[in-house]
Amino acid sequence: MTAATLDHGPSRDDGLDLKAAGHWTAEHARLLEPLIDAASHATGKHDQTQIRRIVFDATRVEHLDTYGAWLIERTLRVWSSRGAETELIGLQPNYRNLFEKVRAGEHKLTPLKHKQTGIVATFESVGRTMMAVFTDLTMIFQIAGQLIVAFLSVCAHPRRFRFTSMINHLERVCWHAVPIVVLITFLIGAIIAQQGIFHFRTFGADIYVVDMVGVLVLRELGVLIVCIMIAGRSGSAYTAELGSMKMREEVDALRTMGFDPIEVLVLPRILALMIAVPILTFLGSMAALYGGGLVAWLYGGIDPKIFMSRLHESINGQTFAVGMIKAPFMALIIGLVACMEGMQVKGSAESLGAKTTDSVVKSIFLVIVIDGLFAVFFASVGI
Amino acid sequence: MATRSGDPVIKVRDLVVDFAARRVLNGVDLDLKRGEILGFVGASGAGKSVLTRTIIGLLPMQAGSIEVLGVELSKASQAERQAVDRRWGVLFQQGALFSSLTSGKNVEFPIREYLRLSPKLTTEIAISKLEMVGLKPDVYRNYPSELSGGMIKRVALARALALDPEILFLDEPTSGLDPISAAEFDHLLLTLQETLGISVFMVTHDLDSLHRTCDRIAVLSEGKIVEAGNMDVMLASQHPWLKEYFHGERAHTDFQVAIKGRRVTERRA
Repeated sequence: MTAATLDHGPSRDDGLDLKAAGHWTAEHARLLEPLIDAASHATGKHDQTQIRRIVFDATRVEHLDTYGAWLIERTLRVWSSRGAETELIGLQPNYRNLFEKVRAGEHKLTPLKHKQTGIVATFESVGRTMMAVFTDLTMIFQIAGQLIVAFLSVCAHPRRFRFTSMINHLERVCWHAVPIVVLITFLIGAIIAQQGIFHFRTFGADIYVVDMVGVLVLRELGVLIVCIMIAGRSGSAYTAELGSMKMREEVDALRTMGFDPIEVLVLPRILALMIAVPILTFLGSMAALYGGGLVAWLYGGIDPKIFMSRLHESINGQTFAVGMIKAPFMALIIGLVACMEGMQVKGSAESLGAKTTDSVVKSIFLVIVIDGLFAVFFASVGI
Repeated sequence: MATRSGDPVIKVRDLVVDFAARRVLNGVDLDLKRGEILGFVGASGAGKSVLTRTIIGLLPMQAGSIEVLGVELSKASQAERQAVDRRWGVLFQQGALFSSLTSGKNVEFPIREYLRLSPKLTTEIAISKLEMVGLKPDVYRNYPSELSGGMIKRVALARALALDPEILFLDEPTSGLDPISAAEFDHLLLTLQETLGISVFMVTHDLDSLHRTCDRIAVLSEGKIVEAGNMDVMLASQHPWLKEYFHGERAHTDFQVAIKGRRVTERRA
């Protein structure tokens, strides 16, 4: 394939002749651009402003596509913007249409508004972030309110409740999550017991590891680990599901058919989560105690019988209840955040990804905040 | 463009394709000649999309051969294959624009990947393509979610045209457009064919569009091409599905348009 070239003809007193040849096509555009730029600055022995007339000779151009056509047009425009007279000669007739089509465009974007920089921009972005936090909070309260309304109206008309849907979600967030939740909490229990024994041994206080594992797992860790896992596993799934339904206008379709999306989509999901998390917390806590007991026996030499009797002394029903009572509240927060983020998804795939990330990050954050609030509350009522 | 009309740019022979455990195409022979607009019709589910997707390499074939621009696709090496990919553009039914990029960046995407031009020239070419399909340059900055259906189709067409392809595949380009936008699209297609000399393979259900733009029409039924030729051949065909298609209720209401469309076709020929 012949390459594309652009030669400067003999420059006259007040003008410049440009001669193009070869294939002025996309493949050669990369090589042509520097030639074009050079031609736009070429002055020969004259000052740029003295050049009054440009003749672009395209007689020997064998092949032309939109790339070549635009490059020619760009040269002509540069010169005519400097006040020179431009002329294109010798273009083959079958490329006339193409050239005219390319020439017809404006090729200019309207300039963007000047962006703030420096300190103002920093304040602006801080302000926007604060407003976003505020909006998020109102959104959570809004969706919580809608959920309560939907719940009450379902209570008034129980036949409208989507029981099948809830069971389906329950299977996915509870039953399918059991193996992984049990495995992880088992390992966590085992690790805590191992660490406890290792360090308590220095003081000869091995046996207190039972107290530590018992209280820590039942009050705090069981529910926290399960909630973090559920936020990552099911919260993200909720956001992605609702988000893609939002993107494909399925949510709007529901609304136009006279259904409340909160009642149809959100309520069964959140109720399923509120049932699932306590069950998983219970299973997780048991698995963690089992893991702790196993390590205490195999690694610390604490006999299971001694472990059990020590556990009976160190914990009571209240310890267990403190952990369990938190579970449904955490589930509610995870569900609310997940559904709120899902409903905020806009048209693009990127926004779906961003909202799913937000959902997981925010719900884990809120779960830990709520756990802290509960700790303060229980401490002040003396449990 | 050195248009030597007549020699086929796509040559499909004895193509057999299974899709979803069913033999959808059973011995398809089809030519797309250089510089022509080929309309491709057939009942919903007859396998039009399957054929298109097989030619552009998204579906595997069981038997037969597909030759595009002189390259036999099933025997082509990775590099030859990519060289062919560069010379065709595909317009998907829903546009298939990348939702995380602005329209401009969508058009620039293939240019940037294949040609490595300076950013300035890349942008200029992208704007030029957008203007060529009848959009304002400022659409460059809009995200696909901010555009109407017709505009999305146009941006997608600009992206399909980004590398100045020789062949253009259109999958139901006028579906979902109002009649005026559809007519504009047809007009645009004719202009582009004239100025760029591209060959167009168009799957469509739009009778008006067929009348207005197509040089030739091919009909797919029961896994084979049952008829191919210009509008007169179609109208004269005795194939039962074709008779229903071109002389049915929907066709009659468009009769006036049809006559006008044929006049356009004749003038162009």
